[in-house]
Amino acid sequence: MEELFAKPDIRKPENIVYRKSDLMVDRPLSYCPGCGHGTVHRMLMEVIEEMEIAEQTIGVSPVGCSVLAYDFLNIDMLGAAHGRAPALATAIKRLWPHRFVFTYQGDGDLAAIGTAETIHACNRGENITIIFINNGIYGMTGGQMAPTTLLGMRSSTSPYGRDVEHMGHPIKMTELIAHLPGVNFVTRQSVHTPVNARRTKKAIRKGFEIQKAKQGLSFIEVVSNCNSGWKMTPVQSNKWMEENMFPFYPLGDIKVDGKLVEKKENE
Amino acid sequence: MGELRLMKGNEAIAEAAIRAGCDGYFGYPITPQSEVMEYLMAEKPHERTGMVVLQAESEVASINMLYGGAGTGKKVMTSSSSPGISLMQEGISYMAGAELPAVVVNVVRGGPGLGTIQPSQADYFQAVKGGGHGDYKMIVYAPASVQEMSDHVKLAFDKAFQYRTPVMILSDGAIGQMMEKVELFDPIPRRTDEEVIAACPWASTGRPKTRNHNIITSLDLDPAGQEKVNLKLQEKYRMMEQNEVMYEEIMTSDAEYLFVAFGLSARICQKATDIARAKGIKVGLFRPITLFPFPTVQIAATGSRVKGILVVEMNAGQMIEDVRLSLGCKVKIEHFGRFGGIIPSPDEVAKALEQKIIGG
Repeated sequence: MEELFAKPDIRKPENIVYRKSDLMVDRPLSYCPGCGHGTVHRMLMEVIEEMEIAEQTIGVSPVGCSVLAYDFLNIDMLGAAHGRAPALATAIKRLWPHRFVFTYQGDGDLAAIGTAETIHACNRGENITIIFINNGIYGMTGGQMAPTTLLGMRSSTSPYGRDVEHMGHPIKMTELIAHLPGVNFVTRQSVHTPVNARRTKKAIRKGFEIQKAKQGLSFIEVVSNCNSGWKMTPVQSNKWMEENMFPFYPLGDIKVDGKLVEKKENE
Repeated sequence: MGELRLMKGNEAIAEAAIRAGCDGYFGYPITPQSEVMEYLMAEKPHERTGMVVLQAESEVASINMLYGGAGTGKKVMTSSSSPGISLMQEGISYMAGAELPAVVVNVVRGGPGLGTIQPSQADYFQAVKGGGHGDYKMIVYAPASVQEMSDHVKLAFDKAFQYRTPVMILSDGAIGQMMEKVELFDPIPRRTDEEVIAACPWASTGRPKTRNHNIITSLDLDPAGQEKVNLKLQEKYRMMEQNEVMYEEIMTSDAEYLFVAFGLSARICQKATDIARAKGIKVGLFRPITLFPFPTVQIAATGSRVKGILVVEMNAGQMIEDVRLSLGCKVKIEHFGRFGGIIPSPDEVAKALEQKIIGG
């Protein structure tokens, strides 16, 4: 299998127009074709590579689709129990204050089972970066309802659509986190177009710069598609995301330099 | 001779952690062990040794902070009492699976449920038989004095790193709260980051260009790989059984009867031994100090020389199963227990020996 992907190095400075980060391990990703995780991995590794901090970075991966993130990211990593990544990251940063520490978590991990660890790590203002991938569904276990599942959205445990009476409301963790004083930077991005992917990368870079300056916690939500879980083609799922997810989870900065960004038009 | 102090068991745990060169303590308040974190905070260990002390939002967070710290090679510890330790079982299982060194102190109180805040030994099964999910064990020390509360902390850190395993100190509310003289060991300096990196090449400390990335995880989706992990763990537990058994025998050389008890119960049995001996009953005491590995061979040797054994525990009969497994049906073995936070008196225990073993 490995040999299939091993190719002679034909890269020369004159013929490189676009390259994969050297911090991405040469191994096929375990994500479904069309999923946004791979792009976020890439943006994250590019930031670490460009900042030249690979040797000083310790990452924490979650339980969920990105449980194997440590297999793809060529930096030292720890795989956390479901939802507990912010607790691990807290201890790591306290014990290694000169290291860059990030967690990479999905919406089931961060917004359901790990709510307490997330809120308290944020509220303590731990000097870490939290990357939160929100696709509104439990992808790995086969498409069950998540705390972030939209009203009316179908999943294997809300087969007739999520309704408030029986299943309650979807939770906007990112808006909630933004109100905590220890949090410096909160933003919501996506990676479904090149422009959006670049914005996500910029946001991740800002998060790591905040760590460098020891200015508190940075929280970056990436609204992502789950074409398998949503039972759509990748193209359909991106369109559905734009039409349904973004109105409820609007993109843009929510808190910058410790100050809430004033909302412009409608909520 | 080391520095002598009059201390509570819980305070001895805390002072020993600082002296053992602990890098981080993460905990959550719960009676009857809250003095551990109170003492640590008052001592300002961040100034004394640079040790991190953090009050977490829950026991679940505490144990996962341990996982994070241990995964980077640091010496980390937590303490709690029974309900809190139940919450930590998931994290302990993950640490056993990922082979991470850490020290967990359980100052046991009566259960089940919220139970009581009074001392108990009802968490023996949980501590010794795994506790969380999956096939794992951890070394379990059972201190019977404030002195051992201090000594076992140092020992627990040594063994945690030697075997890359979580280690538990199974104490109880009485030993945590009572004050005794302690001879403190000389402080061991905390390791520098460079020393941690050199001593723990497996740890995720930041990948230098000279090595592959380190991954700390308990996950292996390939069953053949996961079986290998399990076989490696079992091999480690066999090594512990061979090398780490600790126990104490008191007046067993001429004994016709035997008490077997750990921790606080062993202290009570010591007094009960004196009471029974004053009546002319030749009884001795066998005290397991490690509950895992259990002193199976040693109990079998001493136990097979006596007419009867009374296992005394502050629970409904837990360690007695291991005593019976050690001896089979060779000798009469009975249990005496009080539970729910009741501490048996030495007279009660001596009487139980006469009724259940000698007269029975």
